[in-house]
Amino acid sequence: MELKELISQKLKDNFPQVELEFSEYRSEFNVKLNKKFINPICKLLKEDSELEFLLCEDVTAVDWAKRKNRFTVVYHIFSLKHNFRLVLKADVDESDCAIDTVSSVWKTSNWQERETYDMYGIKFNNHPDLRRIYMPEEFEYYPLRKEFPLLGIPGSLSLPKK
Amino acid sequence: MGLEAKLNGDGFFVTKLDAVVAWARKNSVYPMPMGISCCAIEMMAAADPKYDIARFGSEVMRFTPRQCDLMIVAGTVTYKMSHVVKKIYDQMPDPKWVIAMGACTSSGGMYRSYSVVQGIDQFLPVDIYVGGCPPRPDNLLNALIQIQDKIGRTRARDFQNLKLPELNVIQNN
Repeated sequence: MELKELISQKLKDNFPQVELEFSEYRSEFNVKLNKKFINPICKLLKEDSELEFLLCEDVTAVDWAKRKNRFTVVYHIFSLKHNFRLVLKADVDESDCAIDTVSSVWKTSNWQERETYDMYGIKFNNHPDLRRIYMPEEFEYYPLRKEFPLLGIPGSLSLPKK
Repeated sequence: MGLEAKLNGDGFFVTKLDAVVAWARKNSVYPMPMGISCCAIEMMAAADPKYDIARFGSEVMRFTPRQCDLMIVAGTVTYKMSHVVKKIYDQMPDPKWVIAMGACTSSGGMYRSYSVVQGIDQFLPVDIYVGGCPPRPDNLLNALIQIQDKIGRTRARDFQNLKLPELNVIQNN
């Protein structure tokens, strides 16, 4: 069986209640899923002996500005066993700007989720240490959101006295 | 040649103390290499035998601000880093000078962004701006020569009764 079919089959068998969308773009396999199930699905993808997605390459987000579900959180995971990259996507709305953490699955994603929180303001539930990672901790804005001006907000970052 | 030619008479010459002090000071400028990003590579190249900053008496790059006269800020200064740069500048003994090396340091350069200080003159008194991205080592040497000219024009009384800067001490957790 082809690997893509195997992945979709496994996900469908283990999570029959979840609505999954499979698609392919530029030879990358995408899976769109409900944010409530992100943690168990990631756990399955990592721990299944036939898949072994051991590497979490990136956790980031997309800001769609005016769309109903404003953000999409994107996970790039990689299977060393199959030399195969999988993209997981989960929509998050601004009114409930939170998603479960996957740092219990991949420890790498601890800092990647902190970066996503720092730049987009998406909270990761049950994250062990959700603080800003790049910007100063007292900073009040989220720089990669669409409404944030390119040159920042004057006075929001402190400069030393001349 | 040189000094011997001047001293072939009675073995002394008359000058001003200010001139001697300024001459000594300008030919032994100790730089503080504040190398924050890529400009630092060109600053290091200025110290190598090809460009040889030692010809101008500035080969002693001290990695402690307490022994330095000149801070070469070489690289992109972010808002977070600006406090560190200022803290190091405050630790340098007076009199002191600053070179803003490269486009990022002088004006933010290509980083027209919320995280980068758009020119370090917003929090430091800059003496010479060096253009380029990064500037060539010759360009840095030119800046050094201009700093030397500036130091050569100083007199001792310029530094008398200097007001000490108000230190902004922040306790880090």
